[in-house]
Amino acid sequence: MAIIEVKHVSKRFFTKDAPVDALKDINLQVEAGDIYGIIGMSGAGKSTLVRCLNFLEIPTEGDVKVNGKNLWDLSERELLQERQSIAMIFQHFNLLMQKNVIDNVCFPLRIQGKSKAEAKIRAMELLAIVGLADRAKSYPAQLSGGQKQRVAIARALASNPKILLCDEATSALDPQTSASILKLLKQINQQFGITIVIITHQMSVVRQICNKVAIMSLGEIKEKGTVNDIFSHPKTEEARELLLRDADSGYEETEQIRELLAERKIRIVYSSNSSYEPVIANMVLMTGKAVNILKADTKNVGGTAKGEMILGLPEDAESQELIIKYLKDRGLDVEEVKGNV
Amino acid sequence: MFSPEVNAMLLRGIGETLYMTLLSTLFGYLFGIPLGILLTISDKNGIKPNRVLFRILDIIVNIGRSIPFLILLILLIPLTRMLVGTSIGSTATIVPLTVAAIPFIARMVESSLREVDPGVIEAARSMGAKTGTIIFRVLLVEARTSLIVGVTIALGTILGYSAMAGTVGGGGLGDIAIRYGYYRYETRIMIVTVILLVILVQILQLIGMVMSSKLDKRK
Repeated sequence: MAIIEVKHVSKRFFTKDAPVDALKDINLQVEAGDIYGIIGMSGAGKSTLVRCLNFLEIPTEGDVKVNGKNLWDLSERELLQERQSIAMIFQHFNLLMQKNVIDNVCFPLRIQGKSKAEAKIRAMELLAIVGLADRAKSYPAQLSGGQKQRVAIARALASNPKILLCDEATSALDPQTSASILKLLKQINQQFGITIVIITHQMSVVRQICNKVAIMSLGEIKEKGTVNDIFSHPKTEEARELLLRDADSGYEETEQIRELLAERKIRIVYSSNSSYEPVIANMVLMTGKAVNILKADTKNVGGTAKGEMILGLPEDAESQELIIKYLKDRGLDVEEVKGNV
Repeated sequence: MFSPEVNAMLLRGIGETLYMTLLSTLFGYLFGIPLGILLTISDKNGIKPNRVLFRILDIIVNIGRSIPFLILLILLIPLTRMLVGTSIGSTATIVPLTVAAIPFIARMVESSLREVDPGVIEAARSMGAKTGTIIFRVLLVEARTSLIVGVTIALGTILGYSAMAGTVGGGGLGDIAIRYGYYRYETRIMIVTVILLVILVQILQLIGMVMSSKLDKRK
């Protein structure tokens, strides 16, 4: 059964100049256990949409059903109650800056009316889950971005939610920290069965942890489906554009990729005049040695086409030298590359 | 420097000035905090927008702030008589001082509360926090250093007003400065009272700044 059901939801903001339709007839179903990505450029309406899921924004039209309850049918008190089962984390963490870590995590528990002692015990458990038990007495200002988001996650989990909404939760973090936060979210999803909705503008986030995705543009959902389907058969212009942007942003370290990374690599750079000659094909024919093309790209640098290619070399040193010599003789820049390409 | 009588009078003046300033500030905050909170939350971007309430409070506070203190002092004489029994002396001065302080303090509280990161308020709302919880556990807590800085400013301003009250027999250092320094041409006494006022403001300012920076956990 769908845990979140959005039906014909529209949201119109009345600004000074003209009304703005932030959401236009949105329909969406999130199943229990999903990690559902909602992706779009800024201004697409995704932040408004996620706030409609807990009625922080009240839709102008349409129904939102969460945990089988239509949010319109709830009284003010019931809505506050319901929000405790729909936790949320934010791009800028939104921790209480004047409270230490443990008091931040205790905050939702105290709202629920738990005693101070009871809240403290639960908060310590949660901090252990996010790996910050030793920072309980620190203040947010003393933590790194990734640590702050971990505190925010612990705080979000405190009320035992069924759903976790993430509003650009990794956008303010560097790629490595972002990956570790996503890993934690995935773990939470699997360990506690919490359904996660992720708002992002980065395809890499969707690729790393989501099983379903909806692509938004200008207040509309252009395309939705499983991540697998959309990655292999994007149907709309918007989907292809987002996938294209993602192509530059590095890749996941699967077993296979790690193996490729282990081999000796070189980068060759060729300019427009040398690119007419099929260098690699000729090299393979001449030397009889095969290479692995790991990456190839052509960029417009100051008006001329600059090509860059990263090659994985065969294992034996003799072939490696042969290849490098061949390429250098052709007037190409050859450079050793280490680690991640 | 002065005769023992004058020294005793100056000492009493310091005591009266502090008495008026501290009590007026206290009463001012008693009314100013709720007023500041209401102004903040009833604003259109507040947590309980209420246009009518906001407009009414906004106008009242603006009127209160635009009446010059000296005029207020005289206008309020009947109220002061009713509350204190007399309109002369330092206790009587507390009434107009408090009335003048309330709108001023309300604005200071409002501006401190507005500085609170809207994201933190949104986070509290997303957790299902009630309005009261947001006010007492988010707004007032997150704004506390700014509120303390506000108290320091309020104390300085009210101390200045209390000296003004001296012109109409309000007691305190201002009273001494007027009576001796101005009416009796005893410039030395006037200069000393002014120096004493400056020192008092400095001390209050210092205490406020130390407290607010001690309590600030953002660094």
